[in-house]
Amino acid sequence: MDFCKRHFSVALGAVLGLMLIAFIGVKANLQLLFGVVAPYLAVLIFVEGMIYRLIKWARSPVPFRIPTTAAQGRSLPWIERSLGDKLDNPENTKWTIGRMALEILAFRSLFRNTRTELRKDPVDGKKVQLVHWSYKWLWLGAIAFHYAFLVVILRHLRFFTEPAPGFLHLLDSLDGFLQFYIPVVFVSGVVLLAAALFLLARRLVKAELRYISLAADYFPLLLIIGIAVTGILMRYFFKTDIVAVKQLALGLATLKPVVPEGISALFYMHFFLVCVLFAYFPFSKLAHAPGVFLSPSRNQPGDNRWKLYVNPWNYPVKFHTYMEIEDQYREAMYEAGLPVEILPESAKTGGEG
Amino acid sequence: MSKLPKPEELARNISFQTPAKGWMDVKPDFRPGTYCNAAAPKWMEWVGYPFPRAWSVAEADWKLPPDWKEIILAGMEDRLKRFRSLKIFFDICVRCGACADKCHFYLGTGDPKNMPVLRAELMRSVYKRYFTTAGKLLGEIAGARDLTEDVLKEWFFYLHQCTICRRCSLFCPYGIDMAEMTLLGREMLASVGLNIDWALASVAQCYDKGSHIGATPQAFKDMMDFLAEENERITGITTPPSYNRKGAEVLFVMPSGDYFADPGTFTMMGYMLLFEYIGLDYTLSTYAAEGGNFGWFVSHEMGKRLNVKIYEEAKRLKVKWILGGECGHMWRVCNQYMPTYWGESPGFLEEPVSPITGTRFENAKVHKMVHISEFTADLIKHGKLKFDTQRNAHIKLTFHDSCNTSRGMGIFEEPRYIINSVLPEGNFVEMPPNTIREKTFCCGSSSGINANENMEIRMLGGFPRANAVRYVQEKYGVNHLGCICALDRATLPTLVQYWVPGMECTGITELVGNALVFPGELERTTDLRDRDLEGFGEAEETEEEGDE
Amino acid sequence: MKKDVKNEFGVFGERPQVPKKLYNAKYIFGGLLIFLALVILPILPNLGKAVPPPKPQVDTPAIQKLAGQDKQCVEDTAWMRANHMLLLNDWREEVVRTGKREYTGKGGKKYNPSLSNTCMECHSNKSQFCDQCHNYVAVVPNCWGCHLEKEKKVAKAEAK
Repeated sequence: MDFCKRHFSVALGAVLGLMLIAFIGVKANLQLLFGVVAPYLAVLIFVEGMIYRLIKWARSPVPFRIPTTAAQGRSLPWIERSLGDKLDNPENTKWTIGRMALEILAFRSLFRNTRTELRKDPVDGKKVQLVHWSYKWLWLGAIAFHYAFLVVILRHLRFFTEPAPGFLHLLDSLDGFLQFYIPVVFVSGVVLLAAALFLLARRLVKAELRYISLAADYFPLLLIIGIAVTGILMRYFFKTDIVAVKQLALGLATLKPVVPEGISALFYMHFFLVCVLFAYFPFSKLAHAPGVFLSPSRNQPGDNRWKLYVNPWNYPVKFHTYMEIEDQYREAMYEAGLPVEILPESAKTGGEG
Repeated sequence: MSKLPKPEELARNISFQTPAKGWMDVKPDFRPGTYCNAAAPKWMEWVGYPFPRAWSVAEADWKLPPDWKEIILAGMEDRLKRFRSLKIFFDICVRCGACADKCHFYLGTGDPKNMPVLRAELMRSVYKRYFTTAGKLLGEIAGARDLTEDVLKEWFFYLHQCTICRRCSLFCPYGIDMAEMTLLGREMLASVGLNIDWALASVAQCYDKGSHIGATPQAFKDMMDFLAEENERITGITTPPSYNRKGAEVLFVMPSGDYFADPGTFTMMGYMLLFEYIGLDYTLSTYAAEGGNFGWFVSHEMGKRLNVKIYEEAKRLKVKWILGGECGHMWRVCNQYMPTYWGESPGFLEEPVSPITGTRFENAKVHKMVHISEFTADLIKHGKLKFDTQRNAHIKLTFHDSCNTSRGMGIFEEPRYIINSVLPEGNFVEMPPNTIREKTFCCGSSSGINANENMEIRMLGGFPRANAVRYVQEKYGVNHLGCICALDRATLPTLVQYWVPGMECTGITELVGNALVFPGELERTTDLRDRDLEGFGEAEETEEEGDE
Repeated sequence: MKKDVKNEFGVFGERPQVPKKLYNAKYIFGGLLIFLALVILPILPNLGKAVPPPKPQVDTPAIQKLAGQDKQCVEDTAWMRANHMLLLNDWREEVVRTGKREYTGKGGKKYNPSLSNTCMECHSNKSQFCDQCHNYVAVVPNCWGCHLEKEKKVAKAEAK
C-alpha cells in the first residue's frame, strides 16, 4: 500500500473503529462508561493537555522580534499608510492586537492566498510562464468550516445549560432561516459537513496535497465528518429522546451525572467521537487553535528600530575587534594613508611625515 | 558554471508531478548544478567551527563525526528550548498547503520537497520521532522517522534550496516561517560540520578581515578611491570619502557588493555623489566594511559575531549615528536582530537627525541606524536635491522588492518615491501585483547560495522572479530592473541574462547619482556606467526640480 | 579570549543557557483563563445542582376519563416522544394539501388528524404538557403561530 493510502486508511479505520466501539459498548449496556466516564475523562485530558502544551510552549522564550512585515512599516511621517498597512505591519501593541484579531477571526493570511500555474507562453509556444491569480476557495472552505463549527458548538449549549441562554433562540432562527424541513434544517450543520468534505476532498484530489498529507491530517477531518454525520442523522432521521439526552448532558455539566433510559446507540456514537476529539485536541495539529496566538511572526509589532527587544539568553560572542585587525595590517594601513590607533614601528623610527 | 541547460530546455522540464514513492522513501539526487560545495576546512578553522575536514557532497561518505546523531538531537533539543518559534512551528502546522505554490524553489523545480510545508516536514518528522510521544510510539504513521544519514543529507540539500525569503510565512494562516526553521536547521548542520563553501568562505573572510570579499583595509580603500575617481571622471565632481575618521557625524555602512563588482559599484558611486552633493559629514570604516551578513545565513550566533562590528566601530569612531546602504539581508538583520544582538540601545550614539533637513528619524530612535532610501526620500521631499530626470530617460524601470526588506522590514514606499523623483514620468512600471511588495519573489540566490556550482538550481529558483520581469519587458519594454539589495545586484544580472536577455540591473541610488545636478559639474554625456545618455546635449535645458 | 565567551556549538565553552522561567506567562495564562471562563460561565449557575428533568403532565380531566385501555396516544409513547413533530407535520400536509381527514394509528384505531381537536382534546394542558419539554430543550415550535392555544381560549372565555 502506498504512503497516502496507508495514512488515509489508518485514519478512516480509526474513526470507524471508534464508532464501532461506542456501538458495541452501548449494546453491552456500558452507557455509564460512554455517557459519563468518557466525557469526563475527555474534558480532563483536554484541559490538562492544553495547560501542559501551553506551559511547554511558554518555557521557550522568543529571542528575537521577527514579525512578518506584510506592508509598509512605520517610516517618515509623510509616508502614508493605509488602515490595511497598519494592520499588516503593526507598529505597536494596539495594531498588533488588530492584526491578530483579523488573523484569528477572518483568516487574513489565508485570504491573501494565490494560485500559481505553469502555462505555455501564448506568444512563444516553446516557452512557459507562471501565472498567478487570487485564489479564495481555501479561505472560504476554512472560514466556513470554522464558523459553522462555532455555531454548532454554541447551539449545543442548549443541552448543557438550563435555562438555555437567550441568544440561542436568535441563533436558532438565524441558523434555521431556510424554514425547510421538520425539524428546521440548521444551515451550520450542513455547511460544517460540506466544508469538512471539501477540505478532505482537496487533500485526496490534489496530487501535491495527497503527497504531504499524513494520517494526522485525515483523522481529525474524518472524525469531524463522523460527528457531523451522526449528529445530522440523529436530528433529522433517526430521532432519539431529546429530553433524555439533555438530562444526560445537564447531569454532566452540573456534576450530577445521570444515565437516563431510552437514548439511542447513534447518540452514543456521536458523543464518543466528540469525546475523542476533545482528548485528541491538545496533542495534535488541532493545537493550532491556541498556537496561532503564540506565533512569533504574527503576534509581535515590527518596532525593533524604536523599541529595544531583549533576548533573555543573549550571550557575548567572539569577534575580531578593530585592534586585532589593526595589529594585523597596521603597517599597510599606515602606508595607505589610513588613520591608525597606534603608529607602526616604521613611522616612529623613520619620523613622521 | 557546470553545463547549464538552455533556458527553454530548463523551463520545459519543470514538472509538478509527484513521485510514485512516498516522500520518506525518496532520496535527494545530488546532481551537479543543484547543490553547493562543501566548505573548505580552512574557513571552518578560521571561525572556530566544529569538525573541519575535507569532504565532498557528491561522495557517499560525508565523513561525519561518529556521534553526529547525538549532536544533532542535542542541538535540536537546545534550539527547542531557546526558540519558541521552532516549537510552535513544529507543533501547529496543519499541512493545508497554502504555502506550497508560494515558494519560488517549488515553482521552479516542481520538487514536492520544496513546498515549504514538506521542507519543514523533513525536520518535523525527526522532531516527532524523538520529541513527541505519538512519534515515539507510532513512528511512520504519525509522520515520524528515524534520523539517518540520508535524512541529514536531505536536510543539507533542501535547506540550501530555501533562501529564507519568507514568502511562505506571508501566506501561512499561522505565520509559520520556513526561514526561521531553515536557519535553525542550518545551525544544526553546522554543528556536525556540514557547511557550504560559498557562505562560509564569505563568513570567514568577513570575520577575519572585515568584509565578505576578504579585502584588507588597504584594499578596501583602494577600491573606494577608484570609485571616487570614476565619479570625478564622469561628472567632474570629486567625491573623496574619508576612512576611519573619528568624530564624523555619520558612519556609512554598505554591503561589500557595492564596492566589489558591477553593477553594485555604480550604486556606491551614487552614494558618494549624493553625500558630496549634500555635504554630509560621513566616514567609511575599513573594519565595519561589511553591512551584509552571511553569518546570519549560517547561524544566529554567527550573525551576531559579524553584526556587532558595526556598533563597535560606531563606538570607536564616536559618530552620532549610522547610515546603511541598499542591502536586503543586511537590513533584515539590522532591523530584526541588531539592537537585540547588542543587548541594549547603543547609548554612545544619538537619535538620528538628518543634518540637511533636520528631520528626526523617530522610527530609528533605539536602533540609531537609518536606511539610505529613507534618508534620500526625506531629502527629496524637502527639495534638497536638484535632479535632471532626462539623464535617466534611457532607463525604463521596474522595481524588484527584495524579500528581506519587504517581509523582514516593510520598506516599500521610500524607494518608489525616489524612483518617481529621478525618472522621467512614465518610465517606471510595476510588475504584476502578486509578484511585488509583500508578495515579492526572491531572486532565488539569496541566503548564501549564490555560488557558481549550483547555477541550475539558482536559475530555477529565480524563475518566478524572472518570469514577472519578462512580462513587463514584453509588455512595456522595460529594460532595467531596480532593487535596493546588493545580493540582488550580484545575482539578478545572471538571472535576467539567462531568462530575460536585454535586462539590466541597477541600484536606486545609482539612478539618483545619474540625475543629480551639481553646480560646476561636467556636462554629462553618459550615465555612471559610461552609457550614452538619451537626447544628449538637451540635458541642461530640461532641468527639473526633483520635488513635484 | 575572554572566559565568558561562549559558542553555540560548545567549542569555546558551554552552550548558551536559557533562564528557567515561563515566558509571556501573563498573556498566555491570561488567555487560557479567559477561555476557561468563557467555557465555564454558561454552566456555572447550575454547577452542583441537580436540575430536575421536565415531567409532562398527562392527568388532564379528559385523559382521566378514558378507560385504562384507551389511555394510549395515537402511537406508542417512546415513538411519540421522539417523532411527534413529524406526525404533526404529516397531518398538516395531508389535511391541507390532500384533504385526507383520517389517520390510522397504532392498533388500527382511526383519528381525526388535528392538533387542536385531537391532540389538545386530551392534552389540554399546553403549559404542563407541551411547553415543559420544549422549554427544557429550548425549542420553539411554530404550531402556535396559527393554532390557538386551548388554555388561553378557555381563560379568555371565562374572563368574558
